[in-house]
Amino acid sequence: MSAPNKSYDPVQVTPLNVEEVERARDAALGAIAQADDLDALKAVRLEHAGDRSPLALANREIGALPPAARADAGKRVGQARRAVNDAVAARQESLERERDERVLVDEAVDVTLPWDRTPAGARHPLTTIQEQVAELFVAMGYEWSEGPEVEAEWLNFDALNLPPDHPARSTQDTFWVTSPDSGVVLRTQTSPVQIRTMLRREPPIYAVSPGRVYRTDELDATHTPVFSQVEGLVVDEGITMAHLRGTLDNFARAMFGDDMVTRLRPSYFPFTEPSAEMDLRCWVCHGESVGNPDRPCRTCSSEGWIEWGGCGMINPRVLVACGVDPERYSGFAFGMGLERTLMSRHGVEDMRDMVEGDVRFALPFGTEI
Amino acid sequence: MRAPLSWLREHAELPEDVTGRELAERLTMLGLEVESVEQAGGDIAGPLVVGRVLGFEEETHKNGKTVRWASVDVGEPQPRGIVCGALNFAVGDLVVLALPGATLPGDFTITARKTYGHVSDGMICSARELGTGDDHTGILVLQGDYEVGADALELLGLRDEVLDIAVTPDRSYALSIRGIAREAATAYDVAFRDPADLPHPPETGRPGQPVEIADPTAADRIVLRTVSGFDPDAATPPWMQRRLVLAGMRPISLAVDVTNYVMLELGQPLHAFDRSRLRGGIVVRRAAPGEKLQTLDHVTRDLDPEDVVIADDQGPIGLAGTMGGLETEIGGDSTDLVIEAAHFLPVPVARMARRHKLPSEASKRFERGVDRELGPVASARAVALLSELGGATYVGVSEVDLPRDRPVIALDPGRPARTAGLPISTDVVRRNLERVGCVVDGGDDRLAVTPPTWRPDLTDPADLDEEVIRLVGYDKVPSVLPAAPAGRGLTELQRLRRRIGLALAHGGYVEAPSYPFLGEADLDDLLLPADDDRRNALRLANPLSDEEPLLRTTLLPGLFDTLRRNLGRGNQDLGLFELSLVFRPGPDPLPTAPRPPLDRRPTDEEIAGLDAALPAQPQRVAVVLSGQRERSGWWGKGRAASWADAVEAARLVARAARVELTVRADQHAPWHPGRCAALLVGDRVVGHAGELHPRVLASWDLPERTSAMELDLDLLGMDPAPVPAPRISTFPVATQDVALVVDASVPAIEVESALREGAGELLESIRLFDVYRGAQVGAGRASLAYTLRFRAPDRTLTVEEVSALREAAVAAAGRRTGAVQRA
Repeated sequence: MSAPNKSYDPVQVTPLNVEEVERARDAALGAIAQADDLDALKAVRLEHAGDRSPLALANREIGALPPAARADAGKRVGQARRAVNDAVAARQESLERERDERVLVDEAVDVTLPWDRTPAGARHPLTTIQEQVAELFVAMGYEWSEGPEVEAEWLNFDALNLPPDHPARSTQDTFWVTSPDSGVVLRTQTSPVQIRTMLRREPPIYAVSPGRVYRTDELDATHTPVFSQVEGLVVDEGITMAHLRGTLDNFARAMFGDDMVTRLRPSYFPFTEPSAEMDLRCWVCHGESVGNPDRPCRTCSSEGWIEWGGCGMINPRVLVACGVDPERYSGFAFGMGLERTLMSRHGVEDMRDMVEGDVRFALPFGTEI
Repeated sequence: MRAPLSWLREHAELPEDVTGRELAERLTMLGLEVESVEQAGGDIAGPLVVGRVLGFEEETHKNGKTVRWASVDVGEPQPRGIVCGALNFAVGDLVVLALPGATLPGDFTITARKTYGHVSDGMICSARELGTGDDHTGILVLQGDYEVGADALELLGLRDEVLDIAVTPDRSYALSIRGIAREAATAYDVAFRDPADLPHPPETGRPGQPVEIADPTAADRIVLRTVSGFDPDAATPPWMQRRLVLAGMRPISLAVDVTNYVMLELGQPLHAFDRSRLRGGIVVRRAAPGEKLQTLDHVTRDLDPEDVVIADDQGPIGLAGTMGGLETEIGGDSTDLVIEAAHFLPVPVARMARRHKLPSEASKRFERGVDRELGPVASARAVALLSELGGATYVGVSEVDLPRDRPVIALDPGRPARTAGLPISTDVVRRNLERVGCVVDGGDDRLAVTPPTWRPDLTDPADLDEEVIRLVGYDKVPSVLPAAPAGRGLTELQRLRRRIGLALAHGGYVEAPSYPFLGEADLDDLLLPADDDRRNALRLANPLSDEEPLLRTTLLPGLFDTLRRNLGRGNQDLGLFELSLVFRPGPDPLPTAPRPPLDRRPTDEEIAGLDAALPAQPQRVAVVLSGQRERSGWWGKGRAASWADAVEAARLVARAARVELTVRADQHAPWHPGRCAALLVGDRVVGHAGELHPRVLASWDLPERTSAMELDLDLLGMDPAPVPAPRISTFPVATQDVALVVDASVPAIEVESALREGAGELLESIRLFDVYRGAQVGAGRASLAYTLRFRAPDRTLTVEEVSALREAAVAAAGRRTGAVQRA
């Protein structure tokens, strides 16, 4: 911005002349007030407050005055110059503020413009749920136990009290490595981790073991040959079914909310005795769809309960095979399928969505579920 | 096992108002999981009555069809006139009549209608129309004594509830009405009438068919009862057909239906032979090598020496407890029958059923264990039914019984309470065990419990715990959280995996775990050399797909497949990662895993033997990227994902592990030989990263420039030492830029390393900010421009000091790499 092209013809001011001093002062103040930008103000300042300005020149002449007149004149000119300088400073500040505000307005942007320059990432919800479950139990003092996925038959079956001819061992259910006589399988459950934990150290044992397991199911909407389980194991003195139930109740409430209702019902697993299935009260229909064809419930297939996992008191035969004295120690174990847990908890409708790695499935979960 | 409620009621005095669903709930809580309750006959509505044919006239019509115009008494003042297309009834026969207003299965409503010149005042029903059987060759003629006008709906059990029970492998007794009714009676605490409490047929003094058990490891009891004079044309009564149908079996003929009916009722599989086709006595033995048997399903089977067969003098006539032979099958002319009721042992039957892929109703029961006392009872029950319904005469019995000791379990009566965490008195322990059929002796401190013969699963005190506690009710068990001792939290490796997962996710990668199955073709497509260790892959004996029999030795093929699937679905600009195990058996075959005994802890040597049979299973992390790593948009151009992003992903992982990663150029499949970095920690190669080989991309049909990284977390290691805190100098920084010209073959990292060494400890950081190759520096030369930042911990560096440091750095670079300052 350039200064206004106003010619100003400085008038000689005599310091003793009150009127002249006041006129020069007023002219300066008027020009300052009219300066409407910083460049104009700069020109005004040079003319009215600079070294060649009338008041500056008048000031210089004071020394030449008779001593009696100097004080009076000095005071008069000084006051005028201060008034002019103050006005310039005030005007300068005000114009700068206006300029700054105008810059802020000019620099405004559309903050609603999208910014997806870097792609988003996510962990798979099955990883997150494994970690979440493990951390829940670790916070209670459990250890997170792990084991291999290619596992010895003895650890996957024998030590878990599965009879030699149990159908679960057949090639119909279990992936055998190399040959059906190799004694090596892809683990069908995370339970061998429990055996390894008991072999590794003395009770008390409080362990949780999430992990991948394998069974020879074809992939479809509800089955996958590769899936995830979490198992819990406690071996200590005086452990009862009440402890099992308390632990599962706590687990269920942590996963599904504080109002979750659970039930245990008798079942059968070779490695536990007594054994139980754990059911969760359907959180959609709360059991009201049972025998009520007008209000079917898809979540629980109108059964009122959702089967969550198997559990029980560790069969003393399993303890013996692991070198744990069943007269002194007792324990419980439980296991759940994490795909089904995720399906129930988050309404996943098709198993394949969890398996195929389509980024559109994992992305909405981010790093938490 | 499908159990009709009406059949259960015959043996358990359930309250009248109990519904199938209520019973199902209680049975489920006792451990018999009822999967569904079916309302059978819910689609049938009366009036459906018994009628007697008083007379009929046969009329042949213009269309060639012959019908009968019948007069049927239904207990009303006047008989009804009915047109009927079937010709299989006679005057005086009892039939089922659907009267106008009735509805039959299939929403078929009966009206009085005019047909063939008459008004038919209802319909005479066939078995299939009633849903009692398959027979549609004629109408159902009722055999026996029925009152004319009686409600056929009730009489024939047309309306019923059927409980479908998923029986767990330990509860073989529940594969029978007998077993389920016992539990139902327990559930309601009402009387149970055991269908096995039957009078044996009076002994005739004549022997039955000669019988022998040649292999006591195959069977320990067999009973043969012979009948003669059976009428092969006798029909199965509708009530029996109906029950078979409701239980999920198909009615076939009276003799077969009776054996099936008794099996359902008692749980003892039976087999009926045509006596006239037997040659000599019957023996239970193992098959001889080379023997064959044509089974009832018309398949000729090569027998295995482990197979247990029933044989006569001429050879095998049945697979024991699995399927009978065709040769001795009863047929339309069989009048003399031999009923076999054996106690085959579970393991041989299980193996045989699996070997021949013949899971049958019989093998299902023998595999799980049948009550060994049932043979004489069930065969007697069959004889009684064949006599009553088929006019048979009982000839005699033969039996081999190799008695076995029944286990007696010593039980501390306090044990169930200690197991449950719930007070249970000795009286309750005793009573509950008796309710499941145990004989309980002994006093307060030690009970001697003899389980019933139908509970071969009860062998240990823990088994008795379950019986006692389930009858008390699992819902009575309180909920108490046990106090675990203080824990140590996650291991360093577990925390590391979480950090890596989070770092990659926040770095824009999506986790995509894949199946660990590979084919040989995948290894070829990766361009792996013949001696590459990744070709040493374990092979599954029974892969899901013959194309993918191997267990992966690298995570990359799975990620490539997933990437392609995503691209095929229109997902773009992708970064995927997986953090999983791979299986690395090495070049030598693994030993067979031992199977240590189970009555003690395996020795440390045995445990080592177990582990030695397993491959190394290191954890790996891998990424694959394609498309734009930074997208173009209103802010300007994007940036394509490249080899450098793959290397950066490795650095991100290394940072999470707090180890220093260096890279050097390498040639390693499946990467582009000129764009592949070996990833090192110290001297150890932990993985590779870079752009993939164009031929690999072509094999997987992936976009050009797709890049990948894979590294081994176990090799990467981590630094568990506490991080030493840095000292922060507040003195000013002095910045110096240098441009060095080197031979283009000199890796940038060597120049940087030389500069670092020459600059010494006062160098705070170094950063390569430009690389130039072109005419100004000459062919085969490259200019690398670095910013060096110097700072001292205790003083402001002088201009002279900084210049000297810079010169020292440049000099070191010159010495080590031949670098000269760019003019």
